[in-house]
Amino acid sequence: MSTPATRQTRESDPCELKSSVLTLPVLKLHDTDIDQIAEHLSQKASEAPGFFHNTPVVIDLTPLEQSDAEVNFPFLIGRMRGLGMQPIGIQGGSAAQRESAELMELAVLGRTGAGNRAPSRKEEKSPNETTSSKNTLLISQPVRSGQRIYASGADLIVTAQVSSGAEIFADGNIHVYGTLRGRAMAGIKGDVTARIFCRNLNAEMVSIAGRYKVSEDLAGQHWGASIQIYLQGNKLVVEPI
Amino acid sequence: MARIIVITSGKGGVGKTTTSAAFAMGLANKGHRTVVIDFDVGLRNLDLIMGCERRVVYDFINVINKEAKLNQALIRDKRCKELYILPASQTRDKAALSMEGVGEVLEELGRDFDFIICDSPAGIEHGATMAMYFADDAIVVTNPEVSSVRDSDRMLGIMASKSRRAENNQEPIREYLLLSRYSAERVNRGEMLSVEDVQEILSLDLLGVIPESLAVLDASNKGVPVILNSESTAGQAYHDAVTRYLGEDLPHRFLEVEKKSLFGRLFGG
Repeated sequence: MSTPATRQTRESDPCELKSSVLTLPVLKLHDTDIDQIAEHLSQKASEAPGFFHNTPVVIDLTPLEQSDAEVNFPFLIGRMRGLGMQPIGIQGGSAAQRESAELMELAVLGRTGAGNRAPSRKEEKSPNETTSSKNTLLISQPVRSGQRIYASGADLIVTAQVSSGAEIFADGNIHVYGTLRGRAMAGIKGDVTARIFCRNLNAEMVSIAGRYKVSEDLAGQHWGASIQIYLQGNKLVVEPI
Repeated sequence: MARIIVITSGKGGVGKTTTSAAFAMGLANKGHRTVVIDFDVGLRNLDLIMGCERRVVYDFINVINKEAKLNQALIRDKRCKELYILPASQTRDKAALSMEGVGEVLEELGRDFDFIICDSPAGIEHGATMAMYFADDAIVVTNPEVSSVRDSDRMLGIMASKSRRAENNQEPIREYLLLSRYSAERVNRGEMLSVEDVQEILSLDLLGVIPESLAVLDASNKGVPVILNSESTAGQAYHDAVTRYLGEDLPHRFLEVEKKSLFGRLFGG
């Protein structure tokens, strides 16, 4: 006779609206001469043929904001599509420029202040660009099995142990001043200069910018030692420290 | 207000219910009004271990659903008048444990009792999270064995983030380690994790080490909490643990292999 828990079941909804963080390429316009722009783009496209294939692109009008120059959107969009880009919206720009973009049914995304970098990392970062870590996330309690810690846009320092079954990630470097038994993944957004430092290597897995080694590969002279790990080309190097 | 203690582990079969029964009896025997609650809905065992399985009329779920009053469901222990048991339902689903319902019952009990012991089920699902949500103290029962240690570590992580104290940014739950089924001989032979090995991974306050003892099975069969068997090593170790919990600093016993005299070796014991 017990009634089921009074939780709202969502299985019957036809769809869900969720928020997400996406990384998209941004085309920054410094000129309004569409032909020149198209020529420059087609040169880029030939250098990276696989890159432009119905690729969603945001057009950044910030450099043209001051001049309030007229942008021929229909023409621009047509040329971009021809090169395999899918313009989905604009960023920055004067009121008039934004209005004409809207007429072409381009989304008007959050403006970036003229001259200052937007703090959010939803913007362009090309895959191998280094993230300068401005902050550090400090964890001084043991990271228990099953816990996940992510230092977004920062380095991660743990002054206690990281248990087996725990996962720690950072866009920057990772330092564990204790025993590292779980997984540590540094430079997860692609920073190949990120490093991992730990006092006692017992990790299940370590990775830098996607290149990884599991504990089986790490076993050997450095197991249980105080080490640093960095990338040399595409290989992870483990060195005593 | 009562102090709420959760007896938890993550891993099953390590000695949570045995510990809940022993601890509750130990505290009550020292004069503290204690109630021990079985949170294992559908797989109740506490009533068997406490020896009151033939007196269960109403249970925890009945009280939460307002089908019975708390004093109708509470069973008074026949051996110790300060000790009460609130059994779990055997027929219902753990989904009936709502946070509001559990909170209300604990608040009502808190007015009348000094200690509330929550015997958690195994695992990290709803029953276990309900048992630990309101806790002030946690006794993490662990066997000196790798999977038990890892599961305890997992449970500690969950308590650090999902308890009421964690969610309200209050002082965190006080965590204690209770190492159970310890065998000094096997540790010496290198077959079993030692206290130090376990502490290297868990790093907790060591409340007690309960040695492996035949008396535990005997106690469950008889429905008598093992702490009442003062001749058994387990009973004595539980008694030490309760004393330590209440603030007295006792050295840990049963960590070394007992040196038997010739007499002892000839006649067992």
